[in-house]
Amino acid sequence: MNAPEKFIAKSTPKPATGASHFHESARAQVAGAATYIDDIPEVKGTLHAAPILSNVAHGRLMGVDVREAESMPGVRAVILARDIPGDPILATFVHDEPIFAIDKVEFIGQVVGVVVADTVMHARRAARKVKLDIDPLPAILDPREAVRKKSFVLNPVVVRRGEPEQGIASAPHRLQGSLDVGGQEHFYLEGQVGYALPLEQGQWWIYSSTQHPGEIQHWVAHALGLPSSAVTVECRRMGGGFGGKETQSGHIAVWAALAAHKLRRPVKLRLDRDDDFMVTGKRHPFAYDWDVGFDDSGLITGLRLEMAANCGFSADLSGPVADRAVFHADNAYFLSDVEITSYRCKTNTQSHTAFRGFGGPQGMIVTEAILGDIARHLGLDPLDVRRRNLYGTTERNVTHYQMQVEDNILEPLLARLEQTSAYRERRAQIAAWNAKSPVIKRGLALTPVKFGISFTATFFNQAGALVHVYTDGSVQVNHGGTEMGQGLNTKVAQIVADELGLPFERERVRVTAADTSKVPNASATAASSGTDLNGRAAQYAARQVRERLAQFVAEKQNCKPEQVIFDHGQVSSPTAVMSWEQLVDDAYHARVQLWSDGFYKTPKIHYDKHTLTGRPFYYFSYGAACTEVAIDTLTGESRVLKVDILHDVGTSINPAIDIGQIEGGFIQGMGWLTTEQLVWNDKGYLATHAPSTYKIPATGDVPEHFKIELWPEPNREDNVGGSKAVGEPPFMLAISVWEALRDAASAARGGKPVHMLAPATAENVLKAIQA
Amino acid sequence: MEAKTIRFIRSGELVSLTNVPPDRTLLEVLREDLGCTGTKEGCGEGDCGACTVVLGEAEQGQLRFRAINSCIRLAHSIDGMALWTVEDLAAADGTLHPAQQAMVQCHGSQCGFCTPGFVMSLFGMYENHVCKGERITRELAQEELSGNLCRCTGYRPILDAAQQMAELPPMRVDEAAVLHQLDALAAERSAPRGSGYMAPRTLGELVALRAAHPDAQLVAGCTDVGLWVTKMHMQFAKVLDVTQVAELKRVERYDNHIAIGAAVTLTDAFAALVQDRPQLHTFAARFAGLPVRNSGTLGGNVANGSPIGDSMPLLIALGAHIVLMSPRGHREMPLEQFYTGYRKNLLEPDEVLAWIKVPRPCADEQLRAYKISKRYDDDISAVCLAVRLAVQDGVVQHVSIGAGGVAATPVRAAKTEVALRGQPWSLQTVQQATAALRSEFQPISDMRASSAYRREVLGNLLQRFWLESQGMQQINLENFKLVEATA
Repeated sequence: MNAPEKFIAKSTPKPATGASHFHESARAQVAGAATYIDDIPEVKGTLHAAPILSNVAHGRLMGVDVREAESMPGVRAVILARDIPGDPILATFVHDEPIFAIDKVEFIGQVVGVVVADTVMHARRAARKVKLDIDPLPAILDPREAVRKKSFVLNPVVVRRGEPEQGIASAPHRLQGSLDVGGQEHFYLEGQVGYALPLEQGQWWIYSSTQHPGEIQHWVAHALGLPSSAVTVECRRMGGGFGGKETQSGHIAVWAALAAHKLRRPVKLRLDRDDDFMVTGKRHPFAYDWDVGFDDSGLITGLRLEMAANCGFSADLSGPVADRAVFHADNAYFLSDVEITSYRCKTNTQSHTAFRGFGGPQGMIVTEAILGDIARHLGLDPLDVRRRNLYGTTERNVTHYQMQVEDNILEPLLARLEQTSAYRERRAQIAAWNAKSPVIKRGLALTPVKFGISFTATFFNQAGALVHVYTDGSVQVNHGGTEMGQGLNTKVAQIVADELGLPFERERVRVTAADTSKVPNASATAASSGTDLNGRAAQYAARQVRERLAQFVAEKQNCKPEQVIFDHGQVSSPTAVMSWEQLVDDAYHARVQLWSDGFYKTPKIHYDKHTLTGRPFYYFSYGAACTEVAIDTLTGESRVLKVDILHDVGTSINPAIDIGQIEGGFIQGMGWLTTEQLVWNDKGYLATHAPSTYKIPATGDVPEHFKIELWPEPNREDNVGGSKAVGEPPFMLAISVWEALRDAASAARGGKPVHMLAPATAENVLKAIQA
Repeated sequence: MEAKTIRFIRSGELVSLTNVPPDRTLLEVLREDLGCTGTKEGCGEGDCGACTVVLGEAEQGQLRFRAINSCIRLAHSIDGMALWTVEDLAAADGTLHPAQQAMVQCHGSQCGFCTPGFVMSLFGMYENHVCKGERITRELAQEELSGNLCRCTGYRPILDAAQQMAELPPMRVDEAAVLHQLDALAAERSAPRGSGYMAPRTLGELVALRAAHPDAQLVAGCTDVGLWVTKMHMQFAKVLDVTQVAELKRVERYDNHIAIGAAVTLTDAFAALVQDRPQLHTFAARFAGLPVRNSGTLGGNVANGSPIGDSMPLLIALGAHIVLMSPRGHREMPLEQFYTGYRKNLLEPDEVLAWIKVPRPCADEQLRAYKISKRYDDDISAVCLAVRLAVQDGVVQHVSIGAGGVAATPVRAAKTEVALRGQPWSLQTVQQATAALRSEFQPISDMRASSAYRREVLGNLLQRFWLESQGMQQINLENFKLVEATA
């Protein structure tokens, strides 16, 4: 054993957290060696399923003729609602969605059943040969029409504070307006896929590309009429999720399991990309009407806002999405007198679902639009109007849902970005430039983000983890979160490595696939909470192992456990130092438990789901973006020229990963508001159902100047490593793109108001210029 | 249907596959038949690039590398080539290729599903640029990666990786060894049989096979027909592939025109057009993404005749002619006369499109090609307008205008030309021509744009042409540069 002095003399190595370690799967990913569900070697006898889609938006399902399909090459069976052994309704929260259409269809793309065949193409070909006899009914395709006809998936919700009518009536200025914001397809590069394997004694193994293995387990068990304990769900990684695999992956897994149940064979269902577009829900499109009063400085004195969320044909997660839109209609601003009415519209389209931001973007954009309009109405700089309305720190600091904003950094953050982006100088330069440029007009906007962190449903804010130390000292971690590229497993490994005093290199700590048989009842990896919840749970699990080992050392070395230091793979007491491996081996032989669980629940939060009041969020994540754009007034084409972002991730666990989330979220948000246009025709058919017609940003859309700075302050709440959640908040920084485009359009209109639809396609920009 | 053996070189080994149906895709062969699941399917239509692989072919004694979409490429079409997938790049000891290592170091992968495709596009860039001592600029990286979509990163780290891979320890393909193996494969090639997948080597063979098998599906790069297979579920017992016909793989330059063979890829065809008319560079780079341009051919684009195919408005404006061949001989016609209706043309069942003849520029030619699409790169036009004009002594001596996205076929804007031809080149003339152009077509409304927008913008693009002809700068976002210095 080495002398302790030697150990002390060593330079203190850097901890794993805080460093930009590579993604734990990066080497495998670049070599094509990272396994996704469709890459798993198929079990002998595996069959393939393909969905049968409704081609009518709304109608009575009178009959399903499967004769031609059943006679096609390779076809083994057609599975319909009648083949469901358990509940024919999916085990969703609202319990309003049939697994397969039963006696009616409610959107084009609704799945009536699946065809099972020996190959994927045999199944897909035959699925198109199933003939549906549908008696059409009138379809509702527009949320405004749904509001008029009171077609809702859930009842409207009203949140009110103060006297908005009076605040509007007595204000020196009043504006009324409307806005329509389109939805967004997730376009995860890996489409939806599930693989169901019947095991012995009525048990099941389900591979699913999902953000929520526990929900898949629950849904599959429910559909098969089995206890949850009979079903295990595993997901090593997803090829992207973005909210699109929170509930929507469940349908695929259930369909595969039902087919596997009927045929007693493993069945894989991988959706073709076009079917994925047609079947699965998207970001909710929203329609708004608003009425606002304000003073000469642009301060909002009263606001009445109606938001109609297009939920599609079923509730899915629309309740919490629409709630979050209500919670984020304030964005960064104190609304003293406000009434927000939220309609959850039932329409004959795909059932819209979770998507990064989860209603937050739809809540914020309308308020940012209102502030932009106020500024143009008053002839003020929009940034001044925005700052005028910010939350205060000691007063004007309670949200419309009665939560005190305790960690407000908005003013210093905006002031810093204003300076680092040279906002004022550029504002002047752009105005001068525009005056001389007849065709191209430039625009600038600096917008903030304040995003509440926690699942609004308080009970979801819990997590578990397991840390296993093997006799050779290597460590395996398992937690209830899922890896979708966001780097959760990398961050968790960093946290556990630090907790055990292990160097991060050489994969000493490995994180394994999400698996419902390891950590049960895990919440979805969603709401940006993956690291906050699972990182803490893993930290606690590791801490228990470490404390047992410290106790063991203390007893042997006759010191106190807190005098035992774990650092850089060495364990030292005042009298001795030994390697981690040696200690683990000794402890094993002394029968010390070398594994532990960990459990975490977020403190402080509570919330009344009927009145939408309380403290739904543990803390807020903040950020701001300054974006400059150019538009072509002849065509409406636009380009994003420069982006400066200042974003708050607390103390970053992995700066490279966090910056990756910020950049990726921003570009995805930019896509939502510019090129990504979902077009349903007058029959309710989604005409943009493939990347040929639905355009997510490509390399050429990345601004030449794209700078990210991290706000240098730890989370003021006690959160893992002092960090803050980062998955969703940066998405909403892209509202600055849309506001900059409106600024440019206003320049083209001689400063007049701008009514622009989102997304700001070339056509919509040209319309806004010419309106 | 009996199909011939597919033979190609992969990782230095000869791979030989039998009984592959003629309409089976390369991606299906890789993932399902060979169990090589490193290459991913993202969309099945050549628009996302997750399935990108690199093909190697011998051309003039050199190895030519092309990144292509394996999801819509028919497997038989790679017979006689070398193939690299993402699984083939790392050294035997696990050392990553610079394309891979740069992606790791730049944090270029998050979910990782698009990553194999990006790595292969980077590998193609590495071989085509880095190994030839060319620097990879940001612009080049953006252009050559525009056919690969990533939904996680926002691309910045991937563009960084493209620019940084040259700084890593080099790793090069042994070109001589591969060429040797390709030579050996070529020597063993047998003549195509009249069944299954037919890939004739000579024009004579092609014409004879076409006449003998009018029922065979004619394909070139298969970047559209591939979708008929993957998305429309069409099946082809017989496929006739023109891309191996030696005569049709050439671009021939003459004094007054260049002749582009029907098997010349879009990449090479546009390079030839850009050589004569450098202002077309951006238009060329915005045509689909590189993997599609590397597989698809100009002849295929023309023969397919989509009303929103981007090359035809340009070719019409350039006054291009096409040459059709059959055992009966050949015939030549202006391109716009080829189309008779939506995806209908004059090609007889025994005929093939052989050449596209494009006039060389004249001294006073003014030429612009404009494309309006939702996304800047890798998108299909809502409206495409190409204008070629020659002014002498202030009078429009020659004008030809091609338009796309405004009718059932690519069209020539003949009425608008009349409004311009012989008129003084003035704002007044342009305004009259703009009105003519807006009323000349009755475009449809669809998911790309409304009819009203298409008409309006057609006219506005003619305005843009006028302004550009007057030397006005900074009026087109395609070449817009922020010049002022800001903090």
